[in-house]
Amino acid sequence: MTRLLANNGWTVGLAVLLAMLLIATKVIQPGFGVSGLDSLGRSALPFALATVGMAVVVIAGGIDLSIAAMMAVASVTAAVLMDGVTGGTSGLVVIAVLGLGLAMGALNGALIVVTRVPDIVVTLAMLFVWQGVALLILNAPGGGIAPWLRGLIVGGVTLPGVPAEWTAWLPRAVVVLAVCVAAVWLPIRQSKLGLRFYAVGSDALAAFRSGVPVGQTRIAAYAVCGLFAAMGGLAVTMSTGIGEPIPGPYLLASVAAVVLGGVTLGGGRGGVLGPVLAVFVLRVVRLDLTLLSVDPNVAAIVEGLIMVVVVMFGGVLAMRGRRA
Amino acid sequence: MTATTTALAPMIGRLGRLLAERPLIPLIGLLVGLVGVLEILQPGIVNPRWLGNTIKFAIPLAMLAACQTLTMLTGGIDLSAGTVATIAAFVTATLTPFFGVPGAVAIALACALVAGLVNGFGVAVCRVHPLIMTLGTGLIATGCLLVYQRFVISTGIEIPGFLVWLGTGRTWGLPNALVVFIPFATLLIWGQRRTGFGRLLYAVGANEAAAQLSGVRVWQVHLALYALSGFIAGLTGLLYLGIVKTASLSLALPLDLPSVAAAVVGGTSIFGGRGGYGGTLIGALILTVMATMLTLMQMPEGGRRILFGAIILVVTALYIRLTDRS
Repeated sequence: MTRLLANNGWTVGLAVLLAMLLIATKVIQPGFGVSGLDSLGRSALPFALATVGMAVVVIAGGIDLSIAAMMAVASVTAAVLMDGVTGGTSGLVVIAVLGLGLAMGALNGALIVVTRVPDIVVTLAMLFVWQGVALLILNAPGGGIAPWLRGLIVGGVTLPGVPAEWTAWLPRAVVVLAVCVAAVWLPIRQSKLGLRFYAVGSDALAAFRSGVPVGQTRIAAYAVCGLFAAMGGLAVTMSTGIGEPIPGPYLLASVAAVVLGGVTLGGGRGGVLGPVLAVFVLRVVRLDLTLLSVDPNVAAIVEGLIMVVVVMFGGVLAMRGRRA
Repeated sequence: MTATTTALAPMIGRLGRLLAERPLIPLIGLLVGLVGVLEILQPGIVNPRWLGNTIKFAIPLAMLAACQTLTMLTGGIDLSAGTVATIAAFVTATLTPFFGVPGAVAIALACALVAGLVNGFGVAVCRVHPLIMTLGTGLIATGCLLVYQRFVISTGIEIPGFLVWLGTGRTWGLPNALVVFIPFATLLIWGQRRTGFGRLLYAVGANEAAAQLSGVRVWQVHLALYALSGFIAGLTGLLYLGIVKTASLSLALPLDLPSVAAAVVGGTSIFGGRGGYGGTLIGALILTVMATMLTLMQMPEGGRRILFGAIILVVTALYIRLTDRS
């Protein structure tokens, strides 16, 4: 019970921090309102999806450095296949891209299990491979996206039968995020597979001796990560309208958000809600810097510093935990 | 099936021992083989002029790969090396009109050293994984470079004459950069086995806990190592500036990935404790020859990245298989 409270305490603390930051934003920019929330949700969407994918792998005791590159592959694949396509075909493309993400992640996991090379080296090598694949598919930013997908994350939520003022403040991007994460993570969390992720992450040897198929579990964790990376790549294409072959700064951002969200880098602890809240905290900090009219490059430095300090802090905490 | 397995086992064991004890022999064989294939692909390409060019382009790669080799000996990696080299080059080119050559070079190397110290602090004191730490430092450093660039964009750039002489000049068909590189490589190869610091790197990489218990102050080793790595990256940036003769914001970034590949191909274990700079030299030459080959075959940039990633993965997996005698 105490541990449950302590675990949730971290998440609640993050939520409070996020609320305080949002209030600070309102103070800095009194005009901050529905449209501000909307663009915040849209800019946070790819980061949040990448972070959830990273959180799943870290919970299972691994790390996936190729996540940003996989997002780039998904983004360009979607943009190339969807250029000028409308209606039902574009739905098929979405399913195909999600399947591609699963396959890329499963390949990462399978390589780790089969070659017995540590995850950090395999995913570093795969980072380069996926970058190359993305460049082969699309050499420069381009392609297109079906309009309905773009409309999916722009504007507020409108429900039939409910007055628009009640729901319009809630950005669609946040709802899309919640639906995606809930649709994939909740069933896993409730099933045996979720338990296995935590077991392998806590102690792979103990899990193996308790009859958990460690290799398969690892592959599954990386596949889920690939699936979220594909969603993140789709989100990039949805918010920009084009495919982006050069991966964005999602790797470090997702690692920082995972650490800030209370998932220890050793594995076996934490959930996905904390990391998602952490993503929004980091994005709001970025937004506030922009609103304070800080030079965007200086803002990038500050953001990078925050991430590195968070990761350093996480390192110190992990060291304490090991010693205790 | 069983017969082949039993016949194969001692062979693999012997090959593993050969790789573990004399890694240079198969590597040199591979290099000669690649040059042979190149000659078959395009007869007459292998001549003294080609040799000079290959050495000229292998030198900055080999110097940047020194950062990776040294950090890998302790089980780390330095992914900020390319960014640091770019910063050193850019700072030198933009500050030479103000402070003269010695001042600009000193400031550039100081910047590189600071980046290295930040890496060292994160790895040594906060125990962040080197990969993540150096990636983060690289990101911050890129941001700083962008901000800095806005202040100096109006002032011209000037590349110190001696760097151009080093980078593009030739003496008897051989690039002048060897004047810097030969002492550099000799110092590293001598230092890695014969100095206390070099042996400490192997000790920390082979078994950090054992090194700690034997009285090694591991954090000091890490701090000094990453500072040194930053400094070497800065030197590489200066040399590369002389070769390319323009200062851009992405100058040495294309070398980042091949430098990791060169160290890995050269037999340095990414897990620490095994390898050395001699292998990295051959690895850098192999990669340069391979790059020539890819250019001949008109391989696009994406294909190159896939190939380098695959090389890192396959070579690491092979080393694990072949040298795992437990």
